[in-house]
Order: sequence, then structure tokens, then C-alpha cells
Amino acid sequence: MTSYALFLGCTIPARQPHYEASARKALPQLGIELVDLDNMTCCAPPPLQSIDLETSLSIAAYNICLAEEADLNMITLCTGCFESLAMANTMLKQNEKLKARVNQILSSAGKEFKGNKEVKHYLQVLTQDVGLDRLKKSVTKDLSSLKVASFSGCHLLRPSALLKFDDPERPHVFDELIEALGAKSIWYRNKLKCCGGLLRGYADDVALAIAREKIVNTTKAGADCIVTLCPFCFLTLDLGQMLIKSAFHEEYNIPVLHYAELLGLALGIEPKELALDFHKIRLDKLLSEIR
Amino acid sequence: MVHEKDDETLRAGFSGEIKHRLGGETITLCYQCGTCAASCPVAKVTEKFNPRGVIKLALLGERQEVLSGSAIWLCSSCYNCQERCPQKVEIADVIYALRNIAIMSGHTPNIYSEFASGLMKEGRIVPISKFVEKKRTDYGLPPLKSAGVEAIKKILSTTGFDKIQWKKEGTP
Repeated sequence: MTSYALFLGCTIPARQPHYEASARKALPQLGIELVDLDNMTCCAPPPLQSIDLETSLSIAAYNICLAEEADLNMITLCTGCFESLAMANTMLKQNEKLKARVNQILSSAGKEFKGNKEVKHYLQVLTQDVGLDRLKKSVTKDLSSLKVASFSGCHLLRPSALLKFDDPERPHVFDELIEALGAKSIWYRNKLKCCGGLLRGYADDVALAIAREKIVNTTKAGADCIVTLCPFCFLTLDLGQMLIKSAFHEEYNIPVLHYAELLGLALGIEPKELALDFHKIRLDKLLSEIR
Repeated sequence: MVHEKDDETLRAGFSGEIKHRLGGETITLCYQCGTCAASCPVAKVTEKFNPRGVIKLALLGERQEVLSGSAIWLCSSCYNCQERCPQKVEIADVIYALRNIAIMSGHTPNIYSEFASGLMKEGRIVPISKFVEKKRTDYGLPPLKSAGVEAIKKILSTTGFDKIQWKKEGTP
């Protein structure tokens, strides 16, 4: 078992227990132990970075300090959390002056950022610690009839200089992980383009127009489902189809799943164990194709 | 002519103000090529925002127009522009710097006040509902650990975040 401090963030436990349930049930089967630490807070994502970058950096660093104290590297599910924390971790490791400034702020909370731990997205843990071979061997269900439109979301890849996850223009890691489960990862137009999710709440019409494009493009490419990593992308594309139906009078009904859910299903975990009833778009047809 | 000179100093002052903020350091490298605008998913669907335009206005010193307008709030933070900028302008970060200045100047969209309030009260920006709490138990998920609200409050008080005036008037 390789142990990681689990950073759950705000949206997954509050809104998407299906994501949390699938990760908590699937990852230990692959030798990854998820350790819950006390006192983790918000990761300080773009909405807070928009209010104050210095505060956001300090909050991200505070959370990393908790993992440092527990002597564990950190694992995130949400790509938003991954971006906030990995970006802060890299920036503070690279910039002594900034680190000193943040540590001065953190001293008020009795913390010191040391910079001796890694922040990893669970896809990195799957490729680096589990490996594609072991992953392939762990699959017990047949997903070979599934055509998957992968959508990593922006903050897994960009800003690439700080996140160092994959090639930002020609990424391959996520697609390889989908194919390792036996499904086919397909190309569709504007695959790497944003879903517009972060504009929800400020400019809903703009956000929905961008989301619609993603739904149209994946549908046109003949995808059986869209597979996401970020809770905002999921919400924007799953619930978003309901909003598209009322705003544009168009019905797509393309299922949206998190990769952890697809992983859980591939490993043979029962759908009811994965809290799949939280989805707005029904998964019945998709589930019937997994044998 | 004295008036014009003063105006000139003031205009240079805005890009200086941005450059000295976290995130804003690279703004003056921009040569207005428009690679950002061509890469922007938002500019494709609305005329209200394009990153090149926002940077141009900021460099021209149009402080009030930039800070009170809606454009800076329409960036989706996708970082496409930042990846592709040939001048290495950290465009998405510059937009954050502009938003930070706008909020300090009293121009806060309501949704951002809500995020801040959630953080200050619960240490999380998305509250946990009773419904989901029960569902979590049903699905065998462990009870949520408490968030480090006390530590967050100390950090927010040190950076002055808790003293930001969340003015309603002048909302972009």
C-alpha cells in the first residue's frame, strides 16, 4: 500500500458523493491508501484567487503544511484542487522570497511551509504508483464496446509550467488511462477547450453557450459518454444538459461520468456502491453495455 | 500642458500598480498580437470579453473602465491564452491581479461575496447540506472531518482579507 493524504475539497463531499464513493472504493483495490487528515479547508481555487492571490496562496500552503506534518504526499480528486495546491506547491518551492512572505502569514496560524511534499492528481498516482499494466490486469469487466469522449478540464493541464502534468496541447495520459480500462477514447472537435464552468453564477448564459458546444461536439463524434475529472466540468455537462434543454430546446442525454466511476465499474464494483443515482443524465443504457 | 503631464503620470501609474501585484508582473510585455483572443473560449461566444482588449485598456491606463466593467469577470481561467502567449504574458494571472485590485476598490460581483462569506464562516466555499450528509452515510462514506476554520480566520486576518468591504453598489 502507498499512502496519501486525501484532499477532498469542498464540492466533492458537498455535492458529488458519487465521485468520493468511487474513489474511496476503487483506489484501495489498486494499493492506494487514502488517509483523511483533520483541519483541511478549501483549496483556495480561482474564485478565491480572484479575490486575493496572496491569501489564496497562503490557504493552499496551509493545507500542504498539514500533509507535511503527517509526512504524506497529497492526492486530489478534483482538478480545481489539484491546480490550486500543485501551483502553490511549485511556486513556493521555486521562489524563496514568496515562500518567506507566505510563511510570515502562515506563522499566525502556527504553520510553516517547508516544501518537502508532492501534490498529485489521482491520475498521476495511477500512472506512477499503480502503472498501466497493473491497472489493465485489475479490470474485471468488459468495456470494449464503449466510445469515451475524455474531457480532462483545463486545470489538469494548464498552466503547464507549474502543473507539469502532461503536454498541454497534445496530452495523452488521460486517454491512456481510459484505454487501460478497455474502453476506446475517441477524438472530438475542440477536445481541450474549456467547459465554461467557472463562469456559472456570474454569466450563466455565456457558461451555457460554451458547455453546449462541448455537448454538441461529443455527440457528433458518436461518444457513448463523456468522462470527466473535475466536479465543475461534471456539473456543467451533466446538469448542464437539463439547462440546455430548457434554454435551447435541444435534448442530448449523453451520460457524463467521472473517471473514478468508470474505474470502479471496470474493477467490478457494483453500480449501487458508487452512488450513481446522483447523476442527472441516466446511466442505464451505458451500464447495460458494461459486461 | 501641466494637466496633460499629470494625466500621463497617472496613466503610467495603472500599469505600475498592476505590475507590482502578485500575478500582474508580466503585463507590460504584451505587444497586442491577439494570440490570446484567438485562443479564448469566451471571446468565441460573447463580444463582452477578449483578453487582448482587457490588457490594452489596462495598459492605456483606463483604470476606472477596467475595474468597474464586467470584462475582467468573464475570463473562465482556462489558461489557454497563457500557454500560447509568445511574449510569456501570464494573462490569466494578470486578470486575477486586476480582479484583486477591483475588489479592493469596491467592485465585487455578488457571487464572489458569497464565496468569501462561505470561506470565512465554514472554511469551505460550498456548504454541506443535510441531504448530502445523510446520503454520504448511506453510501458508507466516513463523516467529514471538520475544516480548520480557526487557522483560516487567522490567515484571513493577517492578509486583511476579512477587512475587505464587500460593497454592493458599483457591482460589475
